[in-house]
Amino acid sequence: MQCKDNIGYKHLTVIVSCGNGRSKFVCPSFSVISVLMLQLIGRQVKHMSLRVLVSVKRVIDYAVKIRVKNDKSGVVTEGVKHSINPFDEIALEEAIRMKEQKHAAEVIAVSCGPPSSQDILRHALALGVDKAIHVEVDAKQYEHVEPLHVAKILQCIVKEEDVNLVMLGKQAIDDDCNQTGQMLSALLNWSQAIFASKVEINAPDYVTVTREIDGGLETVRCKLPSVITADLRLNTPRYATLPNIMKAKKKPLVKKNLAELGITIKPHKQIIEVSEPPPRKVGQLVGSVQELVDKLRSDGLIN
Amino acid sequence: QIGQCVKRWQSSLVLVEHDSEKISTASLSAITAASKLGDVSCLILGDKCQEVANSVAKVNNVKNVYVTEHSALRGFLPEIMTPLIIACQSSFKFDVIIAAATGFGKNIIPRVAAKLDVSCCSDVIAIKQSDVFVRPLYAGNALATIKVLDAVKVMTVRPTTFPPAGMNSGNATVRQGPVLEAETAVSEFIGQELSRSERPQLTEAKVVVSGGRGMKSAENFKLLYDLADRLGAAVGASRAAVDAGYVHNDFQVGQTGKIVAPDLYIALGISGAIQHLAGIKDSRTIVAINTDADAPIFKVADYGLIADLFEAVPEMIAILDKS
Repeated sequence: MQCKDNIGYKHLTVIVSCGNGRSKFVCPSFSVISVLMLQLIGRQVKHMSLRVLVSVKRVIDYAVKIRVKNDKSGVVTEGVKHSINPFDEIALEEAIRMKEQKHAAEVIAVSCGPPSSQDILRHALALGVDKAIHVEVDAKQYEHVEPLHVAKILQCIVKEEDVNLVMLGKQAIDDDCNQTGQMLSALLNWSQAIFASKVEINAPDYVTVTREIDGGLETVRCKLPSVITADLRLNTPRYATLPNIMKAKKKPLVKKNLAELGITIKPHKQIIEVSEPPPRKVGQLVGSVQELVDKLRSDGLIN
Repeated sequence: QIGQCVKRWQSSLVLVEHDSEKISTASLSAITAASKLGDVSCLILGDKCQEVANSVAKVNNVKNVYVTEHSALRGFLPEIMTPLIIACQSSFKFDVIIAAATGFGKNIIPRVAAKLDVSCCSDVIAIKQSDVFVRPLYAGNALATIKVLDAVKVMTVRPTTFPPAGMNSGNATVRQGPVLEAETAVSEFIGQELSRSERPQLTEAKVVVSGGRGMKSAENFKLLYDLADRLGAAVGASRAAVDAGYVHNDFQVGQTGKIVAPDLYIALGISGAIQHLAGIKDSRTIVAINTDADAPIFKVADYGLIADLFEAVPEMIAILDKS
């Protein structure tokens, strides 16, 4: 057995030879090694102390061509295929991997919204989350829920569940806000690393994150507790297997409501209208490359 | 007509993005947006930014420039910048806090909004009144007109929809910005790995040539670079091309990559998924070359050519070289 720890015991090797089911320590002094082992276990426990919360949102499936309602109050959601927000799926996958790699002791998924949000929480449980929390918001009120409200709800859950790492998707593909993670981090006064494409838990109290920025990549080291938002390239999410979907039905799905959390949805914005973007004028097919170049030249687009 | 409906006594604060040498073009667009909302002040934070501050003072419509230099501001960490922006806000009580919707702006602006307990408008594409803004939803397939009820409006604006402010008639005074108080840092900037290119920047280029899955390999992108160089174009890519490893992530154009609005966008071997179209729909002219006549890209293309790009692109290069 080789134990490596980036902090204290970089080159320590503990040899345990096993024969016929009996363990024998190859070591001059049993007490010395047991002390070292205990210290190592102590560190391991510290690693394991990560309690990860993943925030997931139920959105219209990414492949659906959305339609704006005739009264311009929003988009048609009834009878439309919904799924877990793709970025949240990536955040979820990363958290589950942290558990598999023994960095995280527990992974909790949370979603705010109408009862239909429970579908994606069950999905999260099937993927490997230990517990799901559904913060129920009725459909009418949910229309007024903004990233700031979600951040406040998550802040409550973080306190209740004694969480020290929150993973979110970088943005929801419906409102395209890209705000909740940053807002949550602000409310908690924690470190933040958004647009993560690589997350390394390489010390008990720190996480090193590679972020996708406009001109390339950037690395930051965040002190835990921290809030991280996932970018596309962080990982490839797994699929839920049928046995795991069955097992997920037995896992805890806790329901909470806004009153219990002491949160009121005070609107900060009012939607005046939702409209379709102006259509582009109909284009034309050209027959040859020469014709294409001629058209672009006559439009003054190329020399 | 915006000027008529906006109350002119408002004041706005622009958080300036820079690389220690010059202000970003995106921030110049943010200044244009801010000037529609009232008197513009600029806040410049960094480990080295006095030069940038002096140049921002010359930007049209900028009234005040506040600058804070500190070694801890290297890497522009949001945890360190936010308290400074809040301090600036407490002193001057701006009505609007604004930045361009770039990686920089998206990282910090929502954090500032939460600290002020106000909402945030992301990626605003139009300013209708002092408190009414338009922003895209669902990958640009719907536009929401929103009235912000908070007293302080915090937002990011899409740079491609606001022209960059000129840099000749400004006459602002550069003043010392908020002082960075010593505090325990919760994060640390380790470093950056920037992809350097001689070509124009993707978000600022007049012409963009993008490749998709149809490019088939990273080596084949050479063909696309050859075309781009003849057109003085920037190079972009679809998510499929990035995921396949043909080009680096920061080439990605689309809902979750970069939003571009060049005069000419040439899509090579790109089918035109909703998420990609979100990033190019405001281009003046879209050209698509694809073998699949049913590819959705042809629905938005002004000029479409159903052809094998490996034949069409060399032919196009040959025609361009001839003249």
